[in-house]
Amino acid sequence: MSAVRLRELSKTFHTGLWRTRVHRALDAVSLDVPRGAVLGYLGPNGAGKTTTLRLLMQLVHPTSGGAEILGRPVGDMGVRRRIGFLPEAVRFHDTCTAEEFLEYVGGLFGYPAAERRRRAARGLDRVGIGAERRRRLRTYSRGMLQRVGIAQALLNDPEVVFLDEPMTGLDPLGRRAVRDLVLALRKEGRTVFFSSHILHDAEAVCSHVAILNRGRLAAAGRVGDLDLRVRSWELVAAGPGESVREVCGAAGRRVTRIADGRYALELPVEPAPESLAAELARRGVRIVSLHPRRETLEDYFLRRVAEAPAAAVAGDEAECA
Amino acid sequence: MRVICTIARQVLREAVRNRVIHAALLLAVGLAAAAPIAGRLTPGQDVKVVKDLGLAACNLCGLFVVVFLGIRLVAREVEQRTVDTLLSKPIRRYEFVLGQYCGLAATLALALTVMTIALYVVLGAAAWWRGIPAFAPVAPVPVADPALLKAILLIFVQLAVVGAAAFCLSTFSSPVLAAVSTCGLYVAGHFGAELRSLDEVVDSRFVTSVAAGLSYVLPDLAAFDVKAAVVHGQPVTAGYMALTAASGAAYILAFLVPALAIFTRRDLL
Repeated sequence: MSAVRLRELSKTFHTGLWRTRVHRALDAVSLDVPRGAVLGYLGPNGAGKTTTLRLLMQLVHPTSGGAEILGRPVGDMGVRRRIGFLPEAVRFHDTCTAEEFLEYVGGLFGYPAAERRRRAARGLDRVGIGAERRRRLRTYSRGMLQRVGIAQALLNDPEVVFLDEPMTGLDPLGRRAVRDLVLALRKEGRTVFFSSHILHDAEAVCSHVAILNRGRLAAAGRVGDLDLRVRSWELVAAGPGESVREVCGAAGRRVTRIADGRYALELPVEPAPESLAAELARRGVRIVSLHPRRETLEDYFLRRVAEAPAAAVAGDEAECA
Repeated sequence: MRVICTIARQVLREAVRNRVIHAALLLAVGLAAAAPIAGRLTPGQDVKVVKDLGLAACNLCGLFVVVFLGIRLVAREVEQRTVDTLLSKPIRRYEFVLGQYCGLAATLALALTVMTIALYVVLGAAAWWRGIPAFAPVAPVPVADPALLKAILLIFVQLAVVGAAAFCLSTFSSPVLAAVSTCGLYVAGHFGAELRSLDEVVDSRFVTSVAAGLSYVLPDLAAFDVKAAVVHGQPVTAGYMALTAASGAAYILAFLVPALAIFTRRDLL
């Protein structure tokens, strides 16, 4: 069973004074997120990431299509007990203290008073809010509010956690803390649906990615299975420097000495590196390693976004599994 | 019901910490406390003036509380996006709306309780000042007349109706428009009889028809106003109280049902 399933999910907004302007925020997006996955839901600003999350939380209603979480429709109250959500640019009732707010959230789940207090204290401990928990939320910094937001999202030990741009506005320490938390959730076997446009962070924590562009799904899959193109080859060779320089110099390749008798060479995709490796071997140079240098997730993302109008897979179900 | 109570408690907690509400209450209590000074200007009528001013202060303070909070409750939750967090929990939208409204009603009840206590303290002090027991009759009702509670109870129902109207308007219009409309409804609601007899002073058939139609559609808020009767010691029967409170409940429902329908269908952007 998928943790999250989107089926031809579409959302159109009518804007302007007479609501005559039509903006298609999400266009027939289908996606399956397996249980235990950490999905990076990526896309440039305005791609439809937040709209998807708001549809999943039923804050907006779909124009067509539907979605399921843990095999149940998104509006199911039983499902709401098993999920957590951190909205984008999170804000809370700022006259409350963090402790009071989490106890209030616990009340919405129907926990008895002692349980509410226990969960609130545990949640705040987990995100590192110490003595400040008795301070009013209006005195909190952006990063502290984000941590309280994460604590409320995890208050009910959710099986699926939805995080909307959790790293935005955080300093490097805060981002690192969120990354570590997502990795911890992944280790605990929870599913994380995590929207972001900060690809470096996504690359560090995600097992799966889905790329959204202009409301349409441009690509989806395991990070390891993505069609990451080889940009170049990195060859490390050990042996007489003269031989290496001679062969590579003839081929016009740059040679970098990395240690005594070891050299690194960057080779283009074409011609294939095997002929150069064979020539080096013939001259008594040992090939230590030969690695393809692939696109980063960022390169891949930029390529897919650029190709999106032609390559969009909207309408076809994208399997992340 | 549990969820509704949880949300209502949170609304009450926030209102109790709101400085604007503190200021309104302080002003109203100050007005009630200053009433004996006004009473000195009308010899023989001092207790009556204190009661009149005290009840008027209750009404005004309560009106401010329901309009100020009623127009902002849902709008602020949506604007500040605090609603995003709450509605992702196992609560239904109608529970959220009812919780907010119940919180508003609880805040109003608390404000009126504070005002009532202040009013009775002032009346007790006025009686002490005159050297008579607080429950001694002063032409023809006691100084600290328990019947004042009837007027305050109906002020509560009346303002709960106005709060429901403000709440309903705020689900689909801007706070400013909702505030203006609510105040208009409050004023028009007190002049139902005048609207119906507008044909005595206005010739236009269209205007008189619209005014008469409005008088039947808008809640008759004058029916909830028994301040003068209570202050003058006229009887306000339990039957009248029950019937008026029931009509208030019907008006509240009439405002809350569309508010629920609108909010349930609305996209929260």
